[in-house]
Amino acid sequence: MSDEAAGGLGSRAGKTRPGATAPHRPPTLRVRGGPALEGGPHLDLSAQAPPGKLLRPVSVTAGIDLATRMPFKEKAADAACPDRAAPPRPGPPAGYQLEAVGLQKSFRKGPSEVPVLKGVSLGVRCGQILAIVGQSGSGKSTLLHLLGTLDAPDQGEIYFNGLRIDRLPTSQRDRLRNRHFGMIFQFYHLLPELSALENVLAPRMIAEGLFSFWLHRKRHRRAAMQLLETVGLSHRLKHKPRELSGGEMQRAAIARALVAGPSVLLADEPTGNLDRATGREILDLLHSLNREQNLTIVMVTHDPLIAEQADRIVRLVDGQIEGQ
Amino acid sequence: MYKFLLCWRYLRTRYIALASIVSVMLGVATMIVVNSVMSGFTSEMQNRLHGILSDLVIEVRNMSGAPDAEAHMDRARQVAGDSIETMTPAVVVPAMLSFYYGGQWFTRQVDLIGIDPATQSRVSDFAKYLQHPANRRQVSFALRDGGYDLRDHQAGAEAAERPQMQDAGWQHRRRVAALRAMGPRESEDREVPLNPFDAHRRSPEADFDMSRQQRTGLVAGIALANFRDHGEERFVLLPGDDVRLTFATAGDRPTATHQLYTVVDFYECKMSEYDSKFVFVPIDALQNDRHMIDPATGKGMFNSIQIKLKPGANGEAVRDRLQAAFARDHYVVQTWRDKQGPLLAAVEMESAILNVLLFLIIAVSGFGILAIFFMIVVEKTRDIGILKSLGASGAGVMGIFLSYGLSLGLVGSGVGLGLGLLLVRHINEIAAVLGKVTGRPIFDPTIYYFYKIPTIVDPWNIAWIVFGAVGIAVLASILPALRAALLHPVEALRYE
Repeated sequence: MSDEAAGGLGSRAGKTRPGATAPHRPPTLRVRGGPALEGGPHLDLSAQAPPGKLLRPVSVTAGIDLATRMPFKEKAADAACPDRAAPPRPGPPAGYQLEAVGLQKSFRKGPSEVPVLKGVSLGVRCGQILAIVGQSGSGKSTLLHLLGTLDAPDQGEIYFNGLRIDRLPTSQRDRLRNRHFGMIFQFYHLLPELSALENVLAPRMIAEGLFSFWLHRKRHRRAAMQLLETVGLSHRLKHKPRELSGGEMQRAAIARALVAGPSVLLADEPTGNLDRATGREILDLLHSLNREQNLTIVMVTHDPLIAEQADRIVRLVDGQIEGQ
Repeated sequence: MYKFLLCWRYLRTRYIALASIVSVMLGVATMIVVNSVMSGFTSEMQNRLHGILSDLVIEVRNMSGAPDAEAHMDRARQVAGDSIETMTPAVVVPAMLSFYYGGQWFTRQVDLIGIDPATQSRVSDFAKYLQHPANRRQVSFALRDGGYDLRDHQAGAEAAERPQMQDAGWQHRRRVAALRAMGPRESEDREVPLNPFDAHRRSPEADFDMSRQQRTGLVAGIALANFRDHGEERFVLLPGDDVRLTFATAGDRPTATHQLYTVVDFYECKMSEYDSKFVFVPIDALQNDRHMIDPATGKGMFNSIQIKLKPGANGEAVRDRLQAAFARDHYVVQTWRDKQGPLLAAVEMESAILNVLLFLIIAVSGFGILAIFFMIVVEKTRDIGILKSLGASGAGVMGIFLSYGLSLGLVGSGVGLGLGLLLVRHINEIAAVLGKVTGRPIFDPTIYYFYKIPTIVDPWNIAWIVFGAVGIAVLASILPALRAALLHPVEALRYE
């Protein structure tokens, strides 16, 4: 399916993905417009989003087996933001790239069950930055983990590009995380034994077998080095995480999250452990990635100042979205 | 790919894990050393036994023997001539050996073997174990004029000297004769006249000149003639001495008879069991002395036929064929293995038990690996969470730790293999150093059969040891790896 076929909606022809051979194209001007294919009867949080990004054309593909779409392609960017509502599908209506419906999750502590999420529904559109704010213990991180299929909800559904992902088999969820979601964490979570470059290459190593990785090692290295350059870490390729500053570690983590060319970046307090100035830089980096690569970002933060810059803010209070 | 990279990095950064495989290494090294020494020992001993005993022996159940060895050998040739290289008849009887030393008579129990000097060394290594170089080339029961080995020719350069052998032979005999002429006659020479009234009949002993004549030659096991005195070898008998043999005559009413023989050489096969038991004399002399001459044919009787098989012949098969040809109630056919069955079985059993015990050591070290791996998995919990959040599968995470265990096992058994082979190679030097340090010889040649510790490195055996050790390391890492694989990513990420 092409963009033209989608009714002259936002052209994404000039967009490049990290990991593609030429990630350094100048930001292309995209025409935004066209009808918003809103259709969810149950939730419409778009009112909170800045008007400029409200009418982002979003649709979903359906009926496509995730497994067959999964294999990593160098220029597989198009799969990320499908721009057309194709055949009608069962399940919740189209509109969001990543969508949660009525998520419930509780953790067992001894004999008692502690509910963490009590029916959370939200969605994020392609290329949008969604900030989830809330106090400690409000369930933000759990929500993010559920969105990233690291954990399974007790109840509720999660859709990615219109496909339900919370009940996929483990191997498919692994692949989904590997190729379509990038994750960054408050404590960076780099592997201490590996250098910055190797950390960035890790998702690629996971995706490919020994032989295939070895066969493409030069290309992968080049891509990873370019990514590290993008995040401003080209001078620290061989350094181990313990030799990097907090900001540098987070940059390396961002590069790692992007190396497989994901369409959604899930960030768990990406600046939570950084000083204000460095946090600022990291945020700028995320914003520029969002702008230039049309990267969808879901960011969990407790800092309202950071949240303000997002396209949309969702406030999580006591396991529920405020005002829901 | 990441599995091997991480495994490699863990291997290089976690030396504590290497400590856990020291026990694997030591176990492998010990097993290699023990197995090499045991198989060297076994093989050396088997070679010796084989050399002493000949491939096959047909024994006559009746100690009085059977007549006509030639006919028996012809029959054997008919049955299994294609596998038989050569045969020699023998007479084997229990006997007592007495000799006079230091003012008293010593008596020892021996196995007296009458052999054919011409053919005996063709069926066994008999000649190889004699002390006179000429006798080693051609067995002879004539006393030599000296020239006996002053050192154990089988032991090599380290063998202690035997200065007493310097004048063994005629020189010793003449000196003994001279001493006797001076002193009172010893009881051994005192002969009671057969008929005191027969004044004309002179006893043959009266004409015997010891300094110029020898009696029938006799080869004695060397342990009958020497003993160790504070580590030094002392001979109480030397070639040239006369000894008395007492044995039973053949027939249905055996009586004890005795004869004087002259020691002409010593037999030293390094198996004390034989060295202290075997006494060889010419078969015809023994047949005479035991009255084993068939009066009808004038042929001597025998009670054992030693057979050497052609190379590659199957001893067991030939034994069965021969046994079928010779009535079981009169003849026993045995291979050398059959004859030494209990000893060989004991050594084999010992080796098997040692292997089991030593393998248990490696198995115990498996638990050390298990414990340390568990610690590493706990330490790496967060990393496991990270890997899973990056899309690594449980199987992949398991693979990290399994390959970690595999590489630890490979490193451990590899180093152990090297160490073991090195120890085996220098085992005699090491034993010597240890002996010096502790003041006690580790490998005492008087206890064991050999001067040097014999070793044989069996590649298959080593392959099994290494395979087993690596297998145990992998097995021990399964549980921790499984735990890592089953870790919930969120829990792991939350882990601090």
